[in-house]
Amino acid sequence: MEKTFRILRYDPEKDQEAHFQDYKVPYEKGLTVLEGLYYILENLDATLAFRSSCRAAICGSCAMHINGQYRLACRTQVSALNSDLITVRPLSHLTILKDLVVDLKPFFDNYKKIEPYLQPEKAEPAKEFTQSEKERGKIDKLVDCILCAACYGSCPVASTNPKYLGPQALVAALRFINDSRDGKTQERLAIVANDEGIFRCHTIFNCQQVCPKDIDPTNAILKLRGKSFMSKLTGKI
Amino acid sequence: MIYHDIIIVGAGLAGLRAAIEASDLGKDVAVITKVHPLRSHSGAAQGGVNAALANNPDGRDDTPDKHAYDTVKGSDFLADQDAVDVMTNEAPARIYELEHWGCPFSRFKDGTIAQRPFGGAAYPRTCYGTDKTGHFMLHALYQQCVKRNIKFYEEFFVMKLVVEDNQARGVVALNLGTGDIVSFASSSVIFATGGSGRIYGKTTNAHVSTGLGVAIPFWEGVAIKDMEFIQFHPTGIIGKYILMTEGCRGEGGYLLNNAGERFMKNYVSEKIMELAPRDITSRCIQTEINQGRGINGGKYVYLDLRHLGKKKIMERLPGIRDICIDFLGVDPIKQPIPIHPVMHYTMGGIDTNFDGATSVRNFYAAGEAACVSVHGANRLGGNSLLETIVFGRRAGEHAAKNLKAEKEKNTRIAEKAKKEQVKYVEGLFKNGGKENPYEIKKQVSTVMDDKVGIFREETNMKKAVDEIKELRIRYNRDSRPVKSGKIYNYDLLWYLEMKGSIDIAVVIAAGALARKESRGSHSRTDFAKRDDDNWMKHTVAVFNDKAPVITYKPVVVTKYQPVERKY
Ligand SMILES: Cc1cc2nc3c(=O)[nH]c(=O)nc-3n(C[C@H](O)[C@H](O)[C@H](O)COP(=O)(O)OP(=O)(O)OC[C@H]3O[C@@H](n4cnc5c(N)ncnc54)[C@H](O)[C@@H]3O)c2cc1C
Ligand code: SF4
Ligand code: FES
Repeated sequence: MEKTFRILRYDPEKDQEAHFQDYKVPYEKGLTVLEGLYYILENLDATLAFRSSCRAAICGSCAMHINGQYRLACRTQVSALNSDLITVRPLSHLTILKDLVVDLKPFFDNYKKIEPYLQPEKAEPAKEFTQSEKERGKIDKLVDCILCAACYGSCPVASTNPKYLGPQALVAALRFINDSRDGKTQERLAIVANDEGIFRCHTIFNCQQVCPKDIDPTNAILKLRGKSFMSKLTGKI
Repeated sequence: MIYHDIIIVGAGLAGLRAAIEASDLGKDVAVITKVHPLRSHSGAAQGGVNAALANNPDGRDDTPDKHAYDTVKGSDFLADQDAVDVMTNEAPARIYELEHWGCPFSRFKDGTIAQRPFGGAAYPRTCYGTDKTGHFMLHALYQQCVKRNIKFYEEFFVMKLVVEDNQARGVVALNLGTGDIVSFASSSVIFATGGSGRIYGKTTNAHVSTGLGVAIPFWEGVAIKDMEFIQFHPTGIIGKYILMTEGCRGEGGYLLNNAGERFMKNYVSEKIMELAPRDITSRCIQTEINQGRGINGGKYVYLDLRHLGKKKIMERLPGIRDICIDFLGVDPIKQPIPIHPVMHYTMGGIDTNFDGATSVRNFYAAGEAACVSVHGANRLGGNSLLETIVFGRRAGEHAAKNLKAEKEKNTRIAEKAKKEQVKYVEGLFKNGGKENPYEIKKQVSTVMDDKVGIFREETNMKKAVDEIKELRIRYNRDSRPVKSGKIYNYDLLWYLEMKGSIDIAVVIAAGALARKESRGSHSRTDFAKRDDDNWMKHTVAVFNDKAPVITYKPVVVTKYQPVERKY
């Protein structure tokens, strides 16, 4: 059995614009989209460019648009797509560098804007900061983010507002705010509680649907709104 | 033409920890990495990291000394005991530091870092963050680099280490985004390029863990050590070879054969069962399979977690469950997981002392690419994440403290080396190849899987050495990368990676053939016993185009005399 991989190709050195190219890939049970791409690279067309590393849905390299949805190519079983045609495009509204490789700089720059590192208020103890299971529970899931940018690619607001922090950076902000060890809650809220942050989100829920780690960025943004509302009310930010 | 006082190649845990140290010591440091730092293979580590914190109520009297003994015994007495002491003594400080840097470890009821039992350890000392420990550690260290504004060159692929007068002068790299070949001059170079798993076909390792990072210094005359010691992890899922962490068994998972029997009881004591060290457990599983007790007589057995219950699986092993559902369509809450042993870790690597220093001045290595050696013939689970942060830090510190900046001279030398690399790549593109390089590489991996695997034996290994030599000739003579555009030519990248894989495969096979004993992961059916009189020594290999030159050097023994390894 064969499947057709229809891939959006773009080579800046020779193409005026992106175009689709079809490849026939032999199918066997368990085939993932990433394995299909490797088959093409290794046997059919060595000019194909795509990123990958772990092939186990943990490194975040391979988010792309596959049959109408943003997904990790390595985690996507061809059989689950219920189709003989697999259409693969790069993440949207990020500049295509070549084929499925996009420029993630704007995405990572947003991440850096929220000061993504623990900033404890208290002096470091000789051993660990203790944290109850309940406190640790508050950052559960949020810490699972692999920065794959699927949410960012799926977000229509990010596509029209390049300055918008985007779902991932906001998840990261909440991750530190919710961490009992962090002491910069108000400062962090001030970074996100504006028109380039949580107020720009139109709660379209795309990010919630696509996140391969079930993180629910929309909900994170709503939580941040609640917290910033309280802070504004009490004059803290 | 770029210059930094210290250049670190690799942005996994070892590279990032080295960078943080060198930066905190005020040095001009930059990190080069072929994938974005967060895509490094370290992020895939699941189970945890060892340190004698004594947080676990069942392990209150744990100490770094006990950790050291378990490590030495686990290594089948091939680890250097002074290096092991350094590692286990520094372990608690490194873990607390990571915690202070935000690493979200799981917690015990009293709010301390949670610790679980792991194979080969007499105490529950493996600190964990659910089953995503590597991911959490990698993100925490990357975040600290962001905080320090450390300079990264992302998607730069290093192809050469520049050495002159036995001193490191920098590296030459391919800028994947532009296709340009660039020189990075420096006065100190640290390699933290990770493991070599992809030399094998059936491996838990990421696509990017190819062995090239070990081959590059090897080609420049840097000695590499103990490469024949390859760890086969007992539990990789069938077909995809993705890891099921040892934490599955640490939390109480069973191994079952065709008859539904917990077969480990036939091999080790009832107290140890599934938590025997990896080399032993892998051999037990392979024996069950070879003797026809695989599931339905097939080439796998079951890892059974069902009795742990939904709550525990969801709390402690959520990632494992996701992997099983995504890649096998199996829900471990309801079904047992089909697994078999798979290549997992390279105990050997670039020969370093416990400051990361090598036989070439100002050239350091740390992490899985290095061999300090703390793992000897068999690594204990949880010790390699530890190795990355302990010896990554030490390499960074040592490079910083011994820095003698020679900017002009090294820039000149690196620039000259760059020109040679440009010529080399142009030469590759000139004449098209008649063979598919990926096919050749696949054949190398099959030879390694079949003939230099869990059980080894003279005739097969001789064949392996000959076959790989032949494949190496075909690769060099008959295969070429595609001459497409310059921008993101991944085919060129993979082509160059293979060269490293093949040359390191030769060293693994040759070292294994030469070592006429069984020790740790190196298990020979024709020499079934450990032979301390003749073989308690490290294999050291130096590059030679015809065949690696192999010599030996003694193991450092301080406190623990070798005894028979029983569990
Ligand atoms: C699935 C899995 C699970 C594991 N679980 C555990 C565990 O629970 N506990 C434990 O202790 N150990 C575990 N290990 C082992 C451990 O994760 C690794 O040994 C360790 O993370 C290696 O880290 P590193 O920093 O040395 O290398 P890596 O994280 O592999 O990083 C290598 C870096 O080098 C860069 N690089 C390599 N070559 C080049 C080049 N030519 N040019 C530029 N850059 C280059 C890469 O881009 C990358 O940034 C596990 C391993 C696997 C495979
Ligand atoms: S929030 Fe989810 S989709 Fe967005 S970057 Fe993180 S893991 Fe990817
Ligand atoms: S290759 Fe790592 S997430 Fe897909």
